[in-house]
Amino acid sequence: MKCSEFLHELTNYLDGVIDQNTKIELENHLSWCHNCYVVCDTTKKTIEIYRDSQLYELPEDLRSRLRSAIMTKCQQHKKRGPESV
Amino acid sequence: MLAAKYCIAERMETIQNKIEGPVTDELTLVRAAKQGDDSAFEELVRRYDRNVFRIAQHITQNREDAEDVVQEAFLKAYGNLQKFQEQSKFYTWLVRIAVNEALMKLRRKKPERTVSLDEDIKTEDDSLPREIADWSPNPEQQYTQAELREILSKTIQGLPPGFRTVFVLRDVEGLSTEETAAALELSVPAVKSRLLRARLQLRERLGRYFQKRESGDGNQ
Repeated sequence: MKCSEFLHELTNYLDGVIDQNTKIELENHLSWCHNCYVVCDTTKKTIEIYRDSQLYELPEDLRSRLRSAIMTKCQQHKKRGPESV
Repeated sequence: MLAAKYCIAERMETIQNKIEGPVTDELTLVRAAKQGDDSAFEELVRRYDRNVFRIAQHITQNREDAEDVVQEAFLKAYGNLQKFQEQSKFYTWLVRIAVNEALMKLRRKKPERTVSLDEDIKTEDDSLPREIADWSPNPEQQYTQAELREILSKTIQGLPPGFRTVFVLRDVEGLSTEETAAALELSVPAVKSRLLRARLQLRERLGRYFQKRESGDGNQ
């Protein structure tokens, strides 16, 4: 397996959606190709860091203000009829 | 070393969908809301507002715009609830509305550029990584929470909207590839291709902050 072929399958490999034979080939490639190992490992870390980052969390006070505004607008929409959205 | 290498895929499987609450309840709430039960709709808002806000802010990169998108997306969902045919999850349908609203905000702000999910299709060659430097073992621990958030925010802002939208839906919000494709009206291969390039570009850009230091001083 060439590095370009490994990269082509990287997303499927990280997502765990590859067949057993391809997985064995990929892991064999990883066992000797340091560059692909680094790319694979740091790509996985990239996903985990974003996933765990709590970037753009909605603060509770803003959350209740938004919910209240949404429900008020929904009530107004109901009174006005379906053409108002 | 080899054992650690083989664990990469297994550890990824622990990353699961971020949405809380049983999915089976969703349809009950949707049907009640369709019958005019506003408290059921409010429960749907409560269930998904944080997800919609995150998606909106990732796409617009602006907090006020993200707040507007949350309101507009839920209001549109409410107004069009009778048209929702229950062939997908309500959440996927809602995400599609929110992504469209967020992209419209971007288009209004950047009228000189057409912002669409199709704008950034390039050849396959550009996905090959140029930088192969390894990272420190726990790179995120080199920074405070605030510094890390700033780095992550700045880094994802550099991606084209089409790439960051796919990355956020798939990797941050945990939608499946098929759900992401449905929400963005893209094919599954298109989602996979953009996801790969988004992941690799983010990895390369984060490497500037997280690279292993030769000098061992731990600073940039």
